[in-house]
Amino acid sequence: MNLSRTARAALWTALGAGLAVIYLPLAVVVVNSFNADRTFGWPPPGLTLDWWGAAWRSTGMREALWTSVQAALGATAIALLLGTMAAFAVQRYAFFGRQTVSLLIVLPIALPGIVTGIALSNTFHSVLGVPLGLFTVIVGHATFCVVTVYNNVLARLRRLGVSIEEASADLGADTFTTFRLVTFPMMRSALLAGGLLSFALSFDEIIVTTFTAGAGVRTLPIWIFENLFRPNQAPVVNVVAAALIVLSVLPIWLAQRITGEASRY
Amino acid sequence: MRRRLATFLHRHAGVRLSLLLSAPMAWLGLAYLGALAALLVTAFWSTDTFTGNLIRTFTWSNFQDLVTGEVYRTVALRSLGVAAAVTLIDLVVAFPMAFAMAKLASPRTQRWLVIAVLTPLWASYLVKAYAWRVLLSSEGILGWGYGLGATILTLSYLWLPYMILPIYAGLERLPNSLLDAAGDLGARPWRTFRTVVWPLTFPAVVAGSIFTFSLSLGDYITVKIVGGSSQLIGNVVYDNIGAANNLPFAAAVATVPVLIMLVYLSAVRRTGALENL
Repeated sequence: MNLSRTARAALWTALGAGLAVIYLPLAVVVVNSFNADRTFGWPPPGLTLDWWGAAWRSTGMREALWTSVQAALGATAIALLLGTMAAFAVQRYAFFGRQTVSLLIVLPIALPGIVTGIALSNTFHSVLGVPLGLFTVIVGHATFCVVTVYNNVLARLRRLGVSIEEASADLGADTFTTFRLVTFPMMRSALLAGGLLSFALSFDEIIVTTFTAGAGVRTLPIWIFENLFRPNQAPVVNVVAAALIVLSVLPIWLAQRITGEASRY
Repeated sequence: MRRRLATFLHRHAGVRLSLLLSAPMAWLGLAYLGALAALLVTAFWSTDTFTGNLIRTFTWSNFQDLVTGEVYRTVALRSLGVAAAVTLIDLVVAFPMAFAMAKLASPRTQRWLVIAVLTPLWASYLVKAYAWRVLLSSEGILGWGYGLGATILTLSYLWLPYMILPIYAGLERLPNSLLDAAGDLGARPWRTFRTVVWPLTFPAVVAGSIFTFSLSLGDYITVKIVGGSSQLIGNVVYDNIGAANNLPFAAAVATVPVLIMLVYLSAVRRTGALENL
């Protein structure tokens, strides 16, 4: 396109400035986790590793971390199953209400989290009589995690087409054999990418969790939120935040390595 | 046995389809929609002011309070305003970024830029809001303090990648030849943008706005972290469940963002935005 040199420079500057704004606050959190000043005075008067030690020794944090991992694993397992089934149905079949199925899967993330949260907690609490706990957190998380797996598998199925599966059937493989030897291996990386994103989504979630977790269950985001307003806990909270920032690079990096393309969110 | 089952499934596409749809539809269609419906029903109940128990008889009173209450109208309008402001800010910031990514960067750089935008999306929401709390606190680097402006700023920051990515995808699908053709026919960049780029990427913009709008509309955590005393709809819902223990009223308030989103979604359906999500 015939953009002037000034226009190009302006667009590049906008991109650079935008990325800087995205990353600077995160960088400040990471630097503050080494800040010797308890109240994060800036610039840091000195650097220390004390807070990282204190955070590691915090039992509340470690318990919350373990709860989060369990919840994310459970939700991801369910999301993998439901998301894959729905993606196959929508991509490989034409049926009445296909659009509605897509809409239904997007709905839990399209609606405000607080609505999903209180709707589920109300159903568990007053309709079904299920006590709130880790199980209800997993159910809540799975509901909005389905979409990540669904999107990844759907995109993969669309790209693959059906000719290879038809070839497999023509060569005498039955439905199950074709799935095991042809379809599944070709969509394994999409499942892995969708699963990773679903794990990250669940690991980070706080609103639905707040309403479905009951009194005793504390995921990491809930622990952070509870300690956010306690001044003497600030350095430890900051370390956890910094650790989460560094860790969040992992799922995206892995998903990228696995699929070789930008995964769908 | 396995053989016969496989043959049966192979011949009956309808059975295969129903099996595939069964679990997802039971979960999302029955359980999730059912939960939403139950919440809607609760909005027409009330609570006993003495015992705090639910009174399961039909009443419009929650919605009457909602419509007549000056406070709620202010909060609803403020939430709408915040959601609109966040969407607008994100659009203005995201479009040039997405354009530089899709049309100026080389394919190799493009891949890295997409990762650069995607990565912070998976950093914890809470951590990002917290980062702004630290930056904006009176001793912080920016030191602007908390309030409605801080809420808008933080929410814009949080949802920015959700706006960049759909627009980037939309621009990537837009053939360069169209831009060249517009240029060859004498259109200046601004005119090319107005008559070619914008109309063709509009569905992608709307797709991004669904995220920024919906996510802002339901938020109450950011408000608690950087918002000071200016509450949004989400806070009213939250406070009525926690402190006030009035689930029916909370449910009635929660219908407001849902209604707004449903109106918004049905309004944008025709643009084809839903396929861009």
